[in-house]
Amino acid sequence: MSRPALAPRTHRAALAAVVVAIVAVGIAGLAALAAVLLPTRTGPPVEQLVVERTVLTAGTIELTVRNTGPDPVTIAQAAVNDSFVSFAGGQAPVGRLATTTLTISYPWQEGLPYAVSLLTSTGAVIEHEIPVAVATPEATPASLARIAALGAMIGIAPVLLGMSCLPLLRRASAATSRVLMAFTVGLLAFLAVDATLEGFELGAGAGGAFGGPVLFVLGAVVALLALAVLQRVLPSGSGGGRLALLVAIGIGLHNLGEGLAVGSALSVGELALGASLVIGFALHNTTEGIAVVAPLTGRSIGVTTFVGLGLIAGAPAAVGTVLGAMVSTVPQATFLIGLGAGAIVQVVILLLPSLRDRARGAVDGPVIGGIAAGVVVMYLTSLLVTA
Amino acid sequence: MTDETTPSDATKRTGPTDHTEAPGQATSPASERTRATTTSRRLFIAGTAGAAGVGALLTRSALADAGPVEAAHTTHQGATRAAWISGPSTGATDAPPAIGAHAHGGGINGATFREGATVDHAANGFNPSETLRDFDWGTTSTRPDGRTLREWEVVARDQEIEVAPGVTFPGWTFNGRVPGPTLRCREGDRLRIRFVNASAHPHTMHFHGIHPAQMDGIPMVGRGTIAPGEDFVYEFDAEPFGLHLYHCHVGPLAEHIARGMYGTFIIDPARSRPKADEMVMVQHGWNTTFDGQGNQLYAVNGIPFHYMNEPIRVKRGELVRIYLVNVLEYDPINSFHVHGNFFDYYPTGTRLEPSEYTDTIVQGQGQRGICELRFPHPGRYMFHAHKTEFADLGWMGFFEVVD
Repeated sequence: MSRPALAPRTHRAALAAVVVAIVAVGIAGLAALAAVLLPTRTGPPVEQLVVERTVLTAGTIELTVRNTGPDPVTIAQAAVNDSFVSFAGGQAPVGRLATTTLTISYPWQEGLPYAVSLLTSTGAVIEHEIPVAVATPEATPASLARIAALGAMIGIAPVLLGMSCLPLLRRASAATSRVLMAFTVGLLAFLAVDATLEGFELGAGAGGAFGGPVLFVLGAVVALLALAVLQRVLPSGSGGGRLALLVAIGIGLHNLGEGLAVGSALSVGELALGASLVIGFALHNTTEGIAVVAPLTGRSIGVTTFVGLGLIAGAPAAVGTVLGAMVSTVPQATFLIGLGAGAIVQVVILLLPSLRDRARGAVDGPVIGGIAAGVVVMYLTSLLVTA
Repeated sequence: MTDETTPSDATKRTGPTDHTEAPGQATSPASERTRATTTSRRLFIAGTAGAAGVGALLTRSALADAGPVEAAHTTHQGATRAAWISGPSTGATDAPPAIGAHAHGGGINGATFREGATVDHAANGFNPSETLRDFDWGTTSTRPDGRTLREWEVVARDQEIEVAPGVTFPGWTFNGRVPGPTLRCREGDRLRIRFVNASAHPHTMHFHGIHPAQMDGIPMVGRGTIAPGEDFVYEFDAEPFGLHLYHCHVGPLAEHIARGMYGTFIIDPARSRPKADEMVMVQHGWNTTFDGQGNQLYAVNGIPFHYMNEPIRVKRGELVRIYLVNVLEYDPINSFHVHGNFFDYYPTGTRLEPSEYTDTIVQGQGQRGICELRFPHPGRYMFHAHKTEFADLGWMGFFEVVD
């Protein structure tokens, strides 16, 4: 009080410094105490390895292995289906979070299951199962193009088809268009829940080093915040243009994760390809197209904008399919699916205000029915998709 | 075996030859195929992240770096890889590239350790090529009654053993080797075995043979367990003649045996067997995970695949006598098969007439017998467990027949 103006600030800084110092000294003291009282490790080394990628080519099984445990792991020998095998790579100890690639010489056959056992230097066995052996697609321009085409067929095309409902939507009354928005919210809510379940399931198998399900949450929060920032940065145009763009971005992020799932299923031979898959995704993702154009009923847009929105929402599916088939690992996929889920949630938050009846300021029965219809339609169309 | 992705998924898919079942799923305890198996006292998590694909470009470069590739195989690389999506691949069944062509085996050429690596015999303190024909006759003296007194000293130790290249096992040994020394004597000898326990754990020496209860080497009978730092003299008559064994009998019994505490005990008949090139083969396993569910490694005389790398040289036409003992733990049976030949089999070696003329015999735990054969042709002849899973996990070797 004797020194006004400056005093409180200096006091606060000094106080903060003292608190930080006390905490630091406390932690140092604890560490010293622990070093005296506790042994460094009770028991043998903890050995954890996770196989992040399996590449099968003629006569060869290649595993990319990551050490997800606290201690270095030395892979001494390997066996496939209880037979020791010759392999190259992985001579040096694999440090925490480091990876190594093992190239195993083994005459595997298409369609059969294999169990790869890695015998570590301490005699521990770490098993990796290949449920069904399928030759890994090669990264040739032709195969990449085909994978991308698959992604486009299940991503871009259906979204554009759904968006083509726009003229019809324009002729609808204000009440009808509110119900339509409600329908959109319902289907997005389903997608968010679906992606969350998938993300947690996938994350659980990620091996733990990078957090597993936590990666999903991280991705979701990042997307949520990024879209919130984007909403503030984008100019608030008239007629729902900004909202449509945000919805397209959100759905695009979701489709990136979806594409990844399709791509990785493809690479391990778990995807039944062909017309039924494409039809299933088309029905499923057409509804996403409706969500993109729903905010645009009060505004006319050019072809470029229309196609642009469609690409923003759909093209990530193609990118995701290629990534999933070629390079992605489980932790990456978990994070990207989290991104998609967070983006969807943010889009739902954006759309909610438009559900309210301006005159009465409440949500009416048809709107609730619309939300329910959106959820049910998404559920039913999801049954058509196996990936 | 509760994993949802195993056989059911596999059976849904059909390979090029229209498999209706998933072969390879009929498994023994040793080949348990769970998706995330913790098979160790050590804490580890089995790695089973779902396998996402990766560019085969990586594979190619890895193969290129993988060292010598046999010329005969290089033509198969890449040439037969099926394009994705175009139906079942036929390429996978082709001959694989041989990695590290200097080693025996690999790919379709059969089981082997990585790139033919071997263990450090000097660090282990024993070499199966030497223990094969190493018979310990002890030191003898003549007793006043004219009988031969035969004496040995056997020391139990705790010892790290490199049981496979790069894999160390905390073993318990007799005289610093696995199997322990082959103690050999003659029918009617008086035997005196001074057992010194230099291990940190209690042990005994339990001999198969005919002897008084207090010399049986089991807990709570006679002297019972021999505590660390203590010693005891087992003394009994050598009877009956034949091929026997000895092992530690302290509980948990299976572990005390499987850690390496076993050896061969041969009592020669009063009238010697015909002169022969004699060798001992003790069949056993290494349960490196200590889960008691089968073994990770199988071998004769300590080191898996050893006689693949260093074949046993024998002379063409010479009588070869194999003292074959099975002390395998955690698996009920073991077997022995020799290629390109048949042998006379003397179960337990307690009769001088063979019971069978065969090329394959099965032994349960503790069973043993003498195999006698002559190789009429020169060349390399395999011998291995005809329980082929054991063979692929290390229990195989070669005879090299020379003139």
